[in-house]
Amino acid sequence: MVDSLSLKSEVAAEPSAPRRRRPAAWERSRRKALTAYVFLAPWFVGLFLITIGPIAASLYLSFTDYSLLDEAKWVGLDNYTKMFNEDPRFWTSLKVTTIYVVVSVPLQLGFALGLALLLDRGLRGLSFYRSIYYLPSLLGGSVAIAILWRKIFGADGLVNSVLGLFGIQGTSYVNNPDTALGTLILLHVWTFGAPMVIFLAGLRQIPRSYYEAAAVDGATPLRQFRTITLPLLTPIIFFNLVLEVIKSFQSFTQSFIVSNGSGGPNDSTLFYTLYLYVNGFKEYEMGYAAALAWVLVLIIAGLTGVNFLASKYWVFYGDSK
Amino acid sequence: MATASRRLPVLYRRRVSRGAKHLMLIGFGLVMLYPLLWMISSALKPEELIFREPGLIPSEVTFDNFTEGWTALAHPFGYYMWNSAVVTALSIVANLAACSMAAYAFARLNFPMKKFWFAIMLGSIMLPLHVVIVPQYIMFSKLDMINTVWPLILPKFLAHDSFFIFLMVQFIRTLPRELDEAASIDGAGYWRTFFRVIMPLCTPALATTAIFTFIWTWNDFLSQLLYLNNPDNFTVPVALRTFLDSSGESSWGPMFAMSIIALGPIFGFFLAGQKYLIRGVATTGLK
Repeated sequence: MVDSLSLKSEVAAEPSAPRRRRPAAWERSRRKALTAYVFLAPWFVGLFLITIGPIAASLYLSFTDYSLLDEAKWVGLDNYTKMFNEDPRFWTSLKVTTIYVVVSVPLQLGFALGLALLLDRGLRGLSFYRSIYYLPSLLGGSVAIAILWRKIFGADGLVNSVLGLFGIQGTSYVNNPDTALGTLILLHVWTFGAPMVIFLAGLRQIPRSYYEAAAVDGATPLRQFRTITLPLLTPIIFFNLVLEVIKSFQSFTQSFIVSNGSGGPNDSTLFYTLYLYVNGFKEYEMGYAAALAWVLVLIIAGLTGVNFLASKYWVFYGDSK
Repeated sequence: MATASRRLPVLYRRRVSRGAKHLMLIGFGLVMLYPLLWMISSALKPEELIFREPGLIPSEVTFDNFTEGWTALAHPFGYYMWNSAVVTALSIVANLAACSMAAYAFARLNFPMKKFWFAIMLGSIMLPLHVVIVPQYIMFSKLDMINTVWPLILPKFLAHDSFFIFLMVQFIRTLPRELDEAASIDGAGYWRTFFRVIMPLCTPALATTAIFTFIWTWNDFLSQLLYLNNPDNFTVPVALRTFLDSSGESSWGPMFAMSIIALGPIFGFFLAGQKYLIRGVATTGLK
């Protein structure tokens, strides 16, 4: 497969470079292909060794019983039937993760969009505000912040000392099954800065003249938002939505640290990936963990697919219609 | 004069609403940053004051938490910082080298089945880590590489973070092809063109890659938790986690002090490379 364009340009360049006899065209393209493979060598090795190989292995393992010590034993669909029929913790982890995604992603994107709108119109100190709001996104995934969160919502943490000023006696929110997940949702919402920055970049793409024209026609700011900003921003909203759903379905660190690896209290923060980790690397049920991973892949692929299908009805691409 | 007096009230109203907006933004920003500021101030307070004083200004400042926390684990905290620094530095070098090479091939060279491999590369960006983590763990444990840095950096030397390949392909495509042709006329081969022409022009893409590799590696917890079981090669996140285990709920001060130190490099990077960082997020969606 030879790229005719680049070949032509090289041939055209020939007369201007008469110093040395240049190799024939076919030989050059062969040399180019060889060079390409050398440049790609690390990636190819990685592709087969740490991506495709492991994917195949993980699919195989998901049909086996394997503890890392004994030989893998083929058990057919047992892991999957066990998951769906006999493992209430699988359903709990799925429920916990779903609640987490469904509540925190819209809230996070809502805050992100709201603040992006406030920051948009040539406000002085924009970069200062943007930095302040972005900072939590940068730190939010770290163990240090998860520890901080555990302390803030602990029995004598910041939240309760503030409530204490008003004479309210709080509990330990991270140890209460009713509120523990809420603290993790709050942590996720707190990191709205990253999607906000993407929204800001999107808002900048909208031509000012649209607003000027609308203002001349007497459109109120609310109406301008509804008829100009929102439709033109839907591709960005969609992008953030897809990205955040995929990312938050895979969250691990926060629930691991806040519950100290247990998913507790009472499995109320048992994220899907945490449950996968416990099965694979605590109980050494490698086969079962691989099956859990495949179900996660299917869920994420399914959700992304649904997102793309639904996007037809609400995402507006300027010149496509 | 007449027009000026008619415009004045509008300007005035605008200024008031702008002031209100600033107040709102600052207030909200303070609420957002309060947990961080509280952590810093708590780390500077003597233990018994931490949960008696929710305010930010400590009535008594001490650095005991830092000295105590620094030596609270099996090794001084600097030891874990060094381990993290080694992993992070190697990851950055690996990502820059391997991803830029692959990107150059995809953007500028021709080879059989190029489109097919490019599609595979794009597909691998969306692959969740969890589907390969079990077999990867088994592989690295069979290779006797558990408790070494290899499982953490080897994938990066093999261009595993394909998002960065994609990022650089997109960037190289914006560079004019005439540059390559001029270099080739001057007798430069592909390697020379890559090192002398393409790479220097790719600085923004390379910087974005370096910055995000730094942040992701420094913050990464799952793979470091999996592959580093021996306290002798713990990195900062794993060490912080044992802190939580060993000291239970009692010693907040030292834990906060070490958390601040753990966040330090990222915060420093943030202050130094803010513009690049935020532009990187805005244009690529990396977070």
